[in-house]
Amino acid sequence: MTDTSLNSGPEKTEAEKTSAPVPTAIVQKRQSPWRAPFVFALMAAALVAVGMGQSWSVALAILNMSLVSALMAMGLNLQWGYAGLFNAGVMAFTALGGLAAVVVSHEPVWDALHAGGRGLALSAVIVVAIIATAAFISTQMKGRLRSFAIFVVVVVGYLVLRPVFGGAVDAVESVDPARTGFIGGLGLPIMASWLVGGIFAAAVAWLIGKVALGLRSDYLAIATLGISEIVIAVLKNEDWLARGVKNVTGLSRPVPYEVDLQQAPWFVDLVTRFNANSLQAIADQADRDAFLRQLLIEASSAFVKIAYAGLFTVVLLIILALCVRALNSPWGRMMRAIRDNEEAAAAMGKDIKARHLQIFVLGSAIIGIAGAMMTTLDGQFTPGTYNPLRFTFLVWVMVIVGGSGNNLGAVIGGFLIWFIWVEAEPAGRYIVELLSANMDPDSPLYRHLQDIAAPFRLFVMGLVLLIVLRFSPRGLLPEKVRHS
Amino acid sequence: MPEGTDILNALVLMTNFVFVPALAYGSQLALGALGVTLVFGILRFANFAHGDLMAFGTTIAILFTWALQAQGISFGVLPTALLALIPAIVVTAIVAIFIDKAVFTFYRRQKAAPVVFVIASVGVMFMLSAIVRFIMGTEDRRFTDGERFVVRALDFKKWSGLDEGLAIQTTQAITVVVTLIVVIALFWFLNRTRTGKAMRAYSDNEDLALLSGINPDRIVMITWIIAAALATIAGTLYGLDKSFKPFTYLQLLLPIFASAIVGGIGQPVGAVVGGFVIAFSEVMLTYAYKKFATYLVPENLEPSGLLQFLGTDYKFAISFIILVLVLLVRPTGIFKGKVL
Repeated sequence: MTDTSLNSGPEKTEAEKTSAPVPTAIVQKRQSPWRAPFVFALMAAALVAVGMGQSWSVALAILNMSLVSALMAMGLNLQWGYAGLFNAGVMAFTALGGLAAVVVSHEPVWDALHAGGRGLALSAVIVVAIIATAAFISTQMKGRLRSFAIFVVVVVGYLVLRPVFGGAVDAVESVDPARTGFIGGLGLPIMASWLVGGIFAAAVAWLIGKVALGLRSDYLAIATLGISEIVIAVLKNEDWLARGVKNVTGLSRPVPYEVDLQQAPWFVDLVTRFNANSLQAIADQADRDAFLRQLLIEASSAFVKIAYAGLFTVVLLIILALCVRALNSPWGRMMRAIRDNEEAAAAMGKDIKARHLQIFVLGSAIIGIAGAMMTTLDGQFTPGTYNPLRFTFLVWVMVIVGGSGNNLGAVIGGFLIWFIWVEAEPAGRYIVELLSANMDPDSPLYRHLQDIAAPFRLFVMGLVLLIVLRFSPRGLLPEKVRHS
Repeated sequence: MPEGTDILNALVLMTNFVFVPALAYGSQLALGALGVTLVFGILRFANFAHGDLMAFGTTIAILFTWALQAQGISFGVLPTALLALIPAIVVTAIVAIFIDKAVFTFYRRQKAAPVVFVIASVGVMFMLSAIVRFIMGTEDRRFTDGERFVVRALDFKKWSGLDEGLAIQTTQAITVVVTLIVVIALFWFLNRTRTGKAMRAYSDNEDLALLSGINPDRIVMITWIIAAALATIAGTLYGLDKSFKPFTYLQLLLPIFASAIVGGIGQPVGAVVGGFVIAFSEVMLTYAYKKFATYLVPENLEPSGLLQFLGTDYKFAISFIILVLVLLVRPTGIFKGKVL
């Protein structure tokens, strides 16, 4: 890229439209068909190793978040790998999915709705009225006058909205603020929120796409990064919606609770049958009961995690199948054609803007689904914990390392990077222990070294990203180029 | 009609809570945005690692501050960190050049797309933020010393006889003065010296610059030195003014980008203006004007609410609302046209 117009502004320049985000044009070495199964088998082996070495509970926890991460990576891969859109707002869509989990599954807080529901509804009407008036003006007027009229409408509308909305919010937030203080949700099963999370994310993505998709790639990155911060700021501070930084905890579950399982006869029966031999070896009745109780606690926790893993796997497989089918279809071919050469695709009559918007919305919807699943798994919605390193850039590392433009690559990227992210901390602690083995535990250096383990994962992530980008820029499972 | 003293009180109130903080914050943003804009103008990518480069520079400055304090050296009424800036800039510049050699040079040779640089800068961002946390941990640190105030609120009240006090912290005054010096020096460098002109030429038209015998490697190296110096100064001034916490520098990246783009990316003047535009909007839109209004309107008309446009929690969001508006209405920013 030696083009001089690069620095002339955020609009895409002619030369850039022809640039592919990944160097797919490089003639590819023939890839072994066993590469993907081999990589996945290695990943499974690593998880099993964690199960045997550390604990099965940790391994299952990694597996569950890996499944969610894989879904996030697939959503981003759709946008970046197949359309070349630099979306640095993954965090926002994840959080919107989490919001959906609250809105769908939490019981409605009737007191709050009685107190402030009417005011909130009126605020919504005012907002719609402002938007409608602005839209009407923009079709009727032109030039400076139009900008001025829209500005006046927005300012006047805001001044009208502010007291109505503020009063409603105060009313809602003062209803038992220690426990609720928000409007609650619909009280539906939380599984429904996975779909709703996708819809929330898609709706916001449509808005963002309308605004930002015309920008050249790094401007798009900055714009989406900023918009995602705005979304998080809103979620943190609008307490009436989902309690903000006070968090919503104790969300309902799609799987049984451990306590109920430990009481359920069928489950006790199952565990007893599985461990019949070791139980019989214990002679004393009281000891045997104590041992059985211990077994039940472990088994119920594992059962819950496995149940989540099963649900997540089903969702992942459905979306993976849809993605693979879509991207092998003429539609997918068109998307790749647009990515590799926008000019030529436009010349063939493809509507670049509409297709970009479409795939941006689809990818964000997948991320939203994953976000809702993550909040379901956590059982709580904590807006304060969303930060771009963990929720945007980590997903980027997953896509780049896995192989942009390859769905299986995104999945393995999600698994591998989440695995490293979790395991880097114990690894860091181990290294610290080696370093400080012979040190005086009271010395300041020793105490300082103990703090190093946590940021060690950031270091490893950066290193992995840079190494992959440099030496294997197409990732672990590169995109298959069918016709080169 | 409000009386003369009421108007004066209102003005002092605004100066104390809006003008002075916004001026200091704007200076910090301007310095950060200058670094981003220079890297963008010369190397042609948005450097996501700039926030963490600032944090790194500040870390080194804090280490030198501690070393100086341990030696019993201080800078009189001024914070010792100002002395530590000079060695810190040297170290940060060396690190920046090392990062360029280790990471970015490869992609420049390949003539990779700007996005690849951006992704690589994300990798650098991860590693730098880890190194900063290795050295400093994650907690808040204050490292300012010397005299705390230039003007004290009580002294000002006594001197002026007004109800409102005006306090100017040393760090705020230093921030503005240092920024002024740095910006003047940078503009002199870019517009008057041979190397500066070469940089502008390179930014304007790379091929033409190469044809005229400008050495691109040298230009890139000098760009990193200046960017590292700006990052260190901006980061240290911010840390002196508020406090040092690694995570805040990642958050600072966003308003810095906004400043650079609002002003017109690749335009040094734009970066400075953009920094102040963002800072003043953030402070003015989140300030509660209730007290200000009570001075100016008759008593029976006093406002009931806080007269605040947006909650202070939306401080960071404001910069991005402005950014999005600018991208929509005037995508090239305030100063468009020639770059650098």
